[in-house]
Amino acid sequence: MKTMQTNVVTPDGSVFDGQVNMVSVKTINGELGILPNHLPLVTPLAIGAIRLKKDKDVRLIALSGGFIEVRQDEVNILAESAELPSDIDITRARAAKERAERRLEEAKRDNIDFRRAELALKRALNRLDVAQN
Amino acid sequence: MASLKEIKTRIGSTKKTKQITKAMEMVSAAKLNRAQTKVQNFLPYRDKIREVVASISQGSEDVSHPMLQERKEIKKTGYIIITSDRGLAGAYNAGLLRYTLQLIEERHASPDEYGLVVIGKIGRDFFKKRNMPIFQEIVGLADQPEYAEIKNIAETTVQMFADQVFDEVFIHYNHFLSAISQEVTEDKILPLTGLMEENEEGSGEGTLNYLYEPDPETILEKLLPHYAESLIYGSLLDAKASEFGARMSAMRSATDNADNRIGELTLSYNRARQAAITQEINEIVSGASAQS
Repeated sequence: MKTMQTNVVTPDGSVFDGQVNMVSVKTINGELGILPNHLPLVTPLAIGAIRLKKDKDVRLIALSGGFIEVRQDEVNILAESAELPSDIDITRARAAKERAERRLEEAKRDNIDFRRAELALKRALNRLDVAQN
Repeated sequence: MASLKEIKTRIGSTKKTKQITKAMEMVSAAKLNRAQTKVQNFLPYRDKIREVVASISQGSEDVSHPMLQERKEIKKTGYIIITSDRGLAGAYNAGLLRYTLQLIEERHASPDEYGLVVIGKIGRDFFKKRNMPIFQEIVGLADQPEYAEIKNIAETTVQMFADQVFDEVFIHYNHFLSAISQEVTEDKILPLTGLMEENEEGSGEGTLNYLYEPDPETILEKLLPHYAESLIYGSLLDAKASEFGARMSAMRSATDNADNRIGELTLSYNRARQAAITQEINEIVSGASAQS
């Protein structure tokens, strides 16, 4: 099966670097799957999981927003933060989830704190999701 | 001449000081090493973003964004100043602060024309004492800072530019040249004009015709703040590496000085000892000759 070079980079270093058969990500407009020889593409990513398929292996990475850049045989994912399931601190994510939920109840809609808490909740849920799969 | 005992105590205390400075030198060397790895890890991220932004602005002529444009009227300038939290790093902070102070005095007539974002305790205390307008400050950063620690302050600063609180933003830090030399540097962070100039020169490698989802403007909208933030983070990492370099050489020269001092003291100790012996012999001889 054809493969393509895939890199997941964050400001704190590279998280993944290797050959995969398929990358599937969640963009701001919905899910997107990329196979080798895809057209060059740039699009922003939403908070969600990256799925990297290699033969029968599927590797998950929790992503807190970023970008994907696709070239002929190369995929680059630029993320503010990205974690492999083994690097996720579950207790911390859980604490973040509870904190965010509490804030959501207190804060009024449409205010900045509300939106912030909403994002924090999404990130925490995403991390927990990836860690437990 | 000081007494034998006095000199001996001084040799002892200098030796102890030397041990401490030597240990600090080695600690800094280890931290410098880690800071450099950190910079290496970070560079691919910044380069990638730059590449994508460059290819967007090359691909379509009509793309523009407020962050890429020089503002006609500059009402307020923002300065980000990166200093360390602790001293004992030679001229690391002093050189930078002097440079910044001089520059601001040259460029601005009144404190209304600029605002400071200060990283590090030494810088904060320095500007606070001079009553200069500090908009944001952050102290107590880790030796190897994570992106998350700086994200907030970087984000707010970029937002302040977007909200037209600042019309341009500079960053002042010590650029790492080598383990023993640093250079005080001023970089313009916003607007991102340098980016466009670089494009024109470096258009050698063929540009790809990217598909932009949903459209180039939306992508720039999201990407440019990230890029500006990553520039700030990059400078911070650079400054941290310089800090350890500066601290290492400061401690090394302290150790060398201690060595010299110990040499001098040992010499005068021996002289004093010899003088004492000579005097004693003299006394014995003269005592003996008086009796016979």
